[in-house]
Formats: sequence, C-alpha cells, structure tokens
Amino acid sequence: MFVNRERVKTYIRQTLEECVSIGVNSIFLVAIVSIFAGAVASIQIYHTLTSPLLGDFLVGYGVREMTILETAPTVMAIVFAARVGSSIAGQLGSMRISEQIDALEILGINTTSYLVLPKILASILTYPFLVIISAFLAIYSGLISSQFAVSVAPADYIYGLRHAFDPYSVYFAIYKSIVYAFLISSISAYRGFYISGGAVAIGKASTRAVTDSCIAILLADYILTQLLLHPSFKI
Amino acid sequence: MIEFQHISKAFDGKKVLDGVSGKFEQGKVNLIIGESGTGKSVLIKCIVGLIRPDQGSIAFDGRDFLNGSKDRTVGVRKEIGMLFQGGALFDSKNVEENVLFPLDMLTDMPQDAKLDRVNFCLQRVGLSNANKKMPNELSGGMQKRVGVARAIVNNSKYLFCDEPTSGLDAKTGLLIDELIQELTYEYDIATIVVTHDMDSIVSIGDYILFLHQGRKTWEGASADIFHVDVEALKDFLFASKLMRMAKPQA
Ligand SMILES: Nc1ncnc2c1ncn2[C@@H]1O[C@H](COP(=O)(O)OP(=O)(O)O)[C@@H](O)[C@H]1O
Ligand SMILES: [Mg+2]
Repeated sequence: MFVNRERVKTYIRQTLEECVSIGVNSIFLVAIVSIFAGAVASIQIYHTLTSPLLGDFLVGYGVREMTILETAPTVMAIVFAARVGSSIAGQLGSMRISEQIDALEILGINTTSYLVLPKILASILTYPFLVIISAFLAIYSGLISSQFAVSVAPADYIYGLRHAFDPYSVYFAIYKSIVYAFLISSISAYRGFYISGGAVAIGKASTRAVTDSCIAILLADYILTQLLLHPSFKI
Repeated sequence: MIEFQHISKAFDGKKVLDGVSGKFEQGKVNLIIGESGTGKSVLIKCIVGLIRPDQGSIAFDGRDFLNGSKDRTVGVRKEIGMLFQGGALFDSKNVEENVLFPLDMLTDMPQDAKLDRVNFCLQRVGLSNANKKMPNELSGGMQKRVGVARAIVNNSKYLFCDEPTSGLDAKTGLLIDELIQELTYEYDIATIVVTHDMDSIVSIGDYILFLHQGRKTWEGASADIFHVDVEALKDFLFASKLMRMAKPQA
C-alpha cells in the first residue's frame, strides 16, 4: 500500500479521538461505580470481619485486597464492556449498514486498520489508567465511608492499607486490565464489523458484544489468576 | 471505458449473478435496471472491487482490474467515485470533511488547493453554504448531493451510483438524476446508475442493461426500451399502474 503523510496523520488522529471517546468519556461512569463499590465494601467488611480481637485495620486491608485484585480490574472491565463494547459494536455496525465501510474501502483504505485498530489501541492505552483511577477512588471512598458510617479511625484504615502489601498485585491488576481491554475492544469490533441485515442487527450486535465480552472477561480472569499468581511467574 | 465479461457470483451456493457481460462507455450515462434483489448492487460492487466475483474479468480502459498488479488496482481505484444508496456520508465528519476525505487519502495536494477543489465541487452540486453542517442536519436530497460531490472530487473518470433517487420525492430525484447526467457529459465520465426508478429510466440513460434473476436479459439504447418484445422487461417496465396507463399503444 502506498503511504502518504496525510494517511499516517489521519491514523494517529483517529487513535487520539478514540482515546477520548473510549477512555475519557468512561471516566465518569467508572468513578461512580468505584466510589460506591469502595464505600459499600468498607462497611460490609467492617460488619462481617472486624471484632475487638482482630481490629479495625482489617477494613483497610480488605478493601485494598478486593479493589486491587478484582474490583478495579475485573468489575470495571464489565462496566467498561457495557459502556464501550456496545458503542464500538453499534458504531461499526451502523457504519456497515449505511455503507460507510464500503465508502472507505472504495478509497482503497484498509478498513480494519483504519476503523478497528485505533479502537483496540485506544482501549489498551486508556483502560489501565481507568483501573488505576478506579482503585484510588474505591480505596479513598472506603476510607471516608468507614470513618463516617462505622467510625473506623483513618489511621487504622491506612495501617490496614499498608499491611502485608505486595506490589506485585498492582502489576497483576495492570496486566489483567490490558488483556481485558484487548478482549473487549476486539470482540465488540468483530461483532459490529461483520454485521449483516438491517437496523435490528445493530442492536443485536451491541448486545452480543457486551455478553461475549463479559464471558471473555470472566474466563480470562480465571485463567490469568491461575497463571499470574503461579509462583514461577512472579517477578 | 469499462468492460466486464462473464461476471458470476454466488452467496452460500445461491447464484446471484450468472455470467453478466457489458460495456460502459465514457461520457455516457449507463443504467443497470431490474427488480429489487436481482443482483444490481452486487454487480456494481463486483465491478468496483468491493466484492470479488467468482468468475469473470473486468477492465478499466484496458487495465485488468481483478488480476492486475496491486499498483494498477490502486491506480484504477483512484479514478473511481461512488455514490451509495443512502449517501453513506461519514457521520462523524461535516460536509467539508466528507468531501475533503478522498483528497486527503488519495492525493498529496496542498491543503488550500484541496479546499478550493472541495468548494468548487460543493458549488457544482448546488451546496455552497453547507460546509460546516453535519450529515444528520441535511435532507435526503442534500445528503445525496454531498455524496455526489465526494464521488467526483478526485476527478473521477468512472462514477457509480447505486439507486441515487431512492428515498427522494420525484422532483428532488429528478434534480439528482439531472446533476449526474450533466456531470457525466461535462467531465466525460463513464457513469453507471443502478435504478428501478421509472422516472430515471425515461429521463436519463444512454445505454440500458436490464438484469433479470442475475442474468443480462436485454441491453440497448434507452430510446428502444419501450418497443422491445422481452416478456421479463415488459413485466418490469409496466408493473406500475401509472406506466400501464401511459403505455404506448401498438
Ligand atoms: N454480502 C452478501 N451475502 C449474502 N447474500 C447477499 C450479499 N449481498 C447480496 N446478497 C444477496 O444477493 C441478492 C441480490 O442483492 P442486490 O444486488 O442487493 O439486489 P438489488 O438488485 O436490489 O440491488 C439478494 O438476494 C441478496 O440477499
Ligand atoms: Mg441494491
């Protein structure tokens, strides 16, 4: 394929635009879910786990473990799939039905790399940041809510946060998030891109995109947890 | 000139096109007519390279399009413009960006030369003040006009239009047809219009190819079409009540 400067610029611009529409526009939803997840988790853990014998620091400890291991990467992935997967499938599906994809192809544009690749790249680039934001918000909202709802002292909570902390769990969360971002974007793009039929098919493709992504996330979570927590894999 | 020979295409074992051949000349409006579902869209998609036919050959001014080198295919593609059935405007781009897009992708022209060309084409299709409008703010007829501007912006030698008048009222449809016809003569384009619109059939078209159940059943000059003794064609032409009322008496 012949390369001209305008094309390369277009591809870069396309990826940046997708970063905004996929990543930046998901921040609000991810933030809301994270804040509530952290708040609920801290209260829940307080009521089920702490006792005069064990101490309030368990709340901080429990929220940290839960957030970094599952809530931030995996639960947010489900949220991300619902928000981004359906929009990717819907957007590509409607471009297919309205022949916009044909209109690109007739210009000799490789539509998979022009339309699909920027979405996958943007997801992989932005989702790990969403996970980090989510983890901070969940842990911080756990601090606030445990202080005000069940009066755990912030110092205890922070002591719990630091207790037996393994930095590998953060890498683990990032690795998982990259895999999830790839799965969600590519599955949803596939569902939208290879659609046929009328407008009804667009809705179906969006639904399929979200369900398939969720199943893939849960399977990947199971496999990755076994794999990445295996002693020989830890760095 | 576009020449295609024995084009066949089947989907999942169902034959949609069965050995269709034809020839579309420069400076002429060539119509492909036929009932819905007979394979008109599939035929032009085969010719422009969006669908690969199972069999057959296609040549643009002697340049083999199916088996030629990649460079040659790209070279031919640069000269093809296509107007899609619903306009197929890129809905995230405004009118100007839509028409600019082929130039961005296919040429190395400087930016202001590209913009001049875009404005010229928009003016030519009668849309001088719509540069910043988004596709969803345009009426169906305006969308088709932008589609035409986008199809001719790169000085296309071959213009393909899939049902350009569908979804438009008769008056707007006629304006689009006339626009396509004028551009064809003005720039010596080989234009191919797929249609089942009787208005288009009687008003534009120098050469007509009638497709019936995936086969070419009749071809000829538009002047002759109402005097032909092919049952399938007569059925098609006089299917509407209005046309039966206007049928020339033998
Ligand atoms: N991509 C495709 N896959 C399977 N079948 C197709 C495809 N495109 C068209 N067809 C079938 O080919 C036949 C002809 O379609 P088409 O060329 O769109 O008809 P029309 O003459 O109305 O433009 C239809 O029966 C359609 O279902
Ligand atoms: Mg059609």
